[in-house]
Amino acid sequence: MEKERHVLVVFPHPDDEAFGVSGTIATHVQNGTPVTYACLTLGEMGRNMGNPPFTNRENLPKIRKEELKAAAAALGIQDLRMLGYRDKTVEFEDDEKLANAMLSLINDVNPSLIITFYPGYSVHPDHDATGAAVVRAVEKIPAAARPKLHCVAFSNNCVQELGEADIIHNISAVAGIKLAAIQAHRSQTEQMFGDVTEKLKNQDPQMMVWINNERFWTYKFNK
Amino acid sequence: MEPIKNHLQVQEAINKYANQDVYIHLETTNGAYASHHDQTFFSAGAYIRNALVRYEHGKITGTDPYRVGLKINLGWIYAEGLTHFEVDEQNRLLLAGHDNKGKLAVALEISPTPFE
Repeated sequence: MEKERHVLVVFPHPDDEAFGVSGTIATHVQNGTPVTYACLTLGEMGRNMGNPPFTNRENLPKIRKEELKAAAAALGIQDLRMLGYRDKTVEFEDDEKLANAMLSLINDVNPSLIITFYPGYSVHPDHDATGAAVVRAVEKIPAAARPKLHCVAFSNNCVQELGEADIIHNISAVAGIKLAAIQAHRSQTEQMFGDVTEKLKNQDPQMMVWINNERFWTYKFNK
Repeated sequence: MEPIKNHLQVQEAINKYANQDVYIHLETTNGAYASHHDQTFFSAGAYIRNALVRYEHGKITGTDPYRVGLKINLGWIYAEGLTHFEVDEQNRLLLAGHDNKGKLAVALEISPTPFE
């Protein structure tokens, strides 16, 4: 993995960082690169609350905030920023204001690499809206001065329309840290984790590919 | 949250907030990934937070899952699929419907003060 000066990760929900990119984050941290994680919401609208439910709609964000801090600690992220937007409303924010908020963040952090979602190919409306806001922000920077932009995509049509990912990081060296980050989001992952743990124990081939490979598409700017 | 076993407990809580200003949280959701996992699935939902209303009366009906309807000054509010409830430390009546995997599918909450 290329050594970066500073990595900025921008996602809307606590746990977005854990599944797709936590191995990449952990590797950058181990390389001595500072990583800033800006998380737009606290996942207030999450539907997982255990079975039987151990919390409620109003207390879930408090739990998820602590889980987010724990996941960041597991990954060695020093700079965690919670931006205070509300889950499932990001796409309804004023586009220009949101892009400007992302631009201030980028100017403040001054990253050499930004990681976010690929707008239009990331399934959840908050994912697409976050990626789109970051893209609009980066487009405001003169082309020569822009940080690199690596996007996560997982819609059913992403490979068909974007082609194969141009960056694949094998993160097996830090897979243990990645699993710790996923487990830190206990309220959201515990139910699925029973199954995951079993598959890992058996070195389920599909599961190992999913855990060990993190794929990114370098964003292609039109402007 | 507890499973609604005695619907009269919920009815009492509903009665307490009648004829006064209350804030309503109401949501229904299939989850943002429903159509991703099953492309034939038509995902729909609605959400309102901190609607300020007064209801003249409210009622819980059905047999697990339950329905709750509130007759407000110019109309109605209702939710169906409710399975769990709680009166929390801020004196808010939280009602929710959890599906058979525990996932929240519907919530109706009534509070004398605005939700965060």
